[in-house]
Amino acid sequence: MPERIATIASRSGLHARPAALFAEAAGDVGVEVTIAMQGEPADEALDASSILSLMTLGAAKGDVVVLRAEGDGADAALDSLVKLLETDLDAE
Amino acid sequence: MQNFPGVGVSPGRIIGTVRQMPKPISEPPAGEQLAPGVTPEDATAALKAASQAVHDELKARAAHATGDGKAVLEATALMAKDTMLIKGAAKLVARGLSSERAIWESGSSVSEMLHNLGGYMAERATDVLDVRARIVAELRGVPAPGIPSSSTPFVLVAEDLAPADTATLDPNKVLALVTAGGGPQSHTAIIARSLGLPAVVAAIGVDELPDGTEVYVDGAGGSITADPDDTLRAAAEAWAATASLLAEFSGTGTTADGHLVPLLANVGGGKDAEAAAKLGAQGVGLFRTEFCFLERDSEPTVEEQAAAYKSVFDAFPGKKVVLRTLDAGADKPLPFLTDSTEPNPALGVRGYRTDFTTPGVLDRQLEAIALAEKQSEADVWVMAPMISTAEEAARFASMCADAGIRTPGVMVEVPSAALTAEAILREVGFASLGTNDLTQYAMAADRQLGPLANLNTPWQPAVLRLVGLTVEGSRAEGNNKPVGVCGEAAADPALAVVLTGLGVATLSMTARSLAAVAAVLKTVTLAEAQQLAKLALSAPSATEARAWVREKLPVLEELGL
Repeated sequence: MPERIATIASRSGLHARPAALFAEAAGDVGVEVTIAMQGEPADEALDASSILSLMTLGAAKGDVVVLRAEGDGADAALDSLVKLLETDLDAE
Repeated sequence: MQNFPGVGVSPGRIIGTVRQMPKPISEPPAGEQLAPGVTPEDATAALKAASQAVHDELKARAAHATGDGKAVLEATALMAKDTMLIKGAAKLVARGLSSERAIWESGSSVSEMLHNLGGYMAERATDVLDVRARIVAELRGVPAPGIPSSSTPFVLVAEDLAPADTATLDPNKVLALVTAGGGPQSHTAIIARSLGLPAVVAAIGVDELPDGTEVYVDGAGGSITADPDDTLRAAAEAWAATASLLAEFSGTGTTADGHLVPLLANVGGGKDAEAAAKLGAQGVGLFRTEFCFLERDSEPTVEEQAAAYKSVFDAFPGKKVVLRTLDAGADKPLPFLTDSTEPNPALGVRGYRTDFTTPGVLDRQLEAIALAEKQSEADVWVMAPMISTAEEAARFASMCADAGIRTPGVMVEVPSAALTAEAILREVGFASLGTNDLTQYAMAADRQLGPLANLNTPWQPAVLRLVGLTVEGSRAEGNNKPVGVCGEAAADPALAVVLTGLGVATLSMTARSLAAVAAVLKTVTLAEAQQLAKLALSAPSATEARAWVREKLPVLEELGL
């Protein structure tokens, strides 16, 4: 299964506005994407399009997460989402 | 014409049409099953459609909002169709629960989980409950909870308003606030005065008025009249004409014979302070520093605090700014300071008392204040809330001295402080009466409760007597230490005259009330104010105290106050 590693760049972590922007983007990519903290088992990964799941993940700035997806367009979807996580969304 | 008497809490006379705040959504009964003939598939589809509809509605509202409000609405819209919430509910529907009950339970468990995570997540727990109520309303086909949206301005009628409702209250859409519950010190009253909206609380029966009913609201007299006649229409027109005269304050509070009563503003931060300065405030009589701490799960650094304080000081160079140290607890809990499980928070560890259980926070706040003062030109005074004894006052004064703060003072909110004002004022430089809490404690009446509205007014002769005793304590102490008032009482022009007559030196209020208070104060001499104070003290009840004083101040009727 394609997967990518990303480091959270937003100052407030994956909370509040950055979480909303990311959840919305993850819901729009057309494939199901999961997110987990690095080192956590894949079967405990959470739905990346769920803002509530992202909030319970509690990823702070500098934390490393793993994104996974399967199916057509998975690689492109993951690349675009990694880019989003590695942007400081609080600054925009 | 049907008349509903209530308690007037913010002046103004207007005519408008009623929009009822929808009743809170009731909990679907535990164990409620799918209706006969409805399959789990149907119910899940209905649930998804409702969640999508709520999402779209919130998203559309976000498009018209700005700043923090927009961000909150966008996040809340996403929660409405969140897979965690909806899948949780779908599982319960598959087991035979009704869609309403299923989303209710799923919302509870998600909210509880966020609550247990603490901090920022815990604050979002209530957003999940709001979304849940909206989805249930959609499934039931009833109006969504919250302030109704409307393209034309209306009179908002509610059982009572919560602080959260104010975030979505658009002052350009709301003509007046009317509640069936709530008291004179309730959030509704405070919001109305800060927005300059006429308001009446504790008007029993108004929540039964149908939407679209035309009503006359008299926010000073305290009544609502359905289907107003021509006399009332003329009264509303006359108010519209005088209201513009009450918008300007010359910048000097004085009686007719030149006794100066500086009129100050109550503020929560830099923006408030700038607005108050523009409205002519002669300084700040109450800077509520907890607004810099709310929405925080940890203590702000000394530097962050100093910057927030400086933004207020900078709005009043060369003028007095009275800062109240952190007043957490009771209706203003802070996760890093207060214990939310106290059985009786109004009588609990709040205000100055949090220094007993969490020492250090107050020392660092005083350090930040001293730092901000050094970088600004304001004359900074600092007072502690919820002081009960002279011993506490002495300890606070020594903490201030250690931090390099020159003018320490106390809030007089606990009746014991009013009764021992002489001993307390030997320890500190000034006192400021917080009439909202002083009334609640003197009358043993929770300020948020509608049924206790008649007890909970600063017109109570017992409360006025405590004000008088505090002033007498200052005189007995002998060094002319000022006693001010910084509660909502100071914003009532008739009461402001009485307080002046009782010997109060300064009045601090929401900046919108400055012009009205100044206009009434300058029509009486100090001797007349003293007579009115005596009259109020001699009244057998709050209602009579208010009526007797108002009768002697015909200017109130002329100005529609």
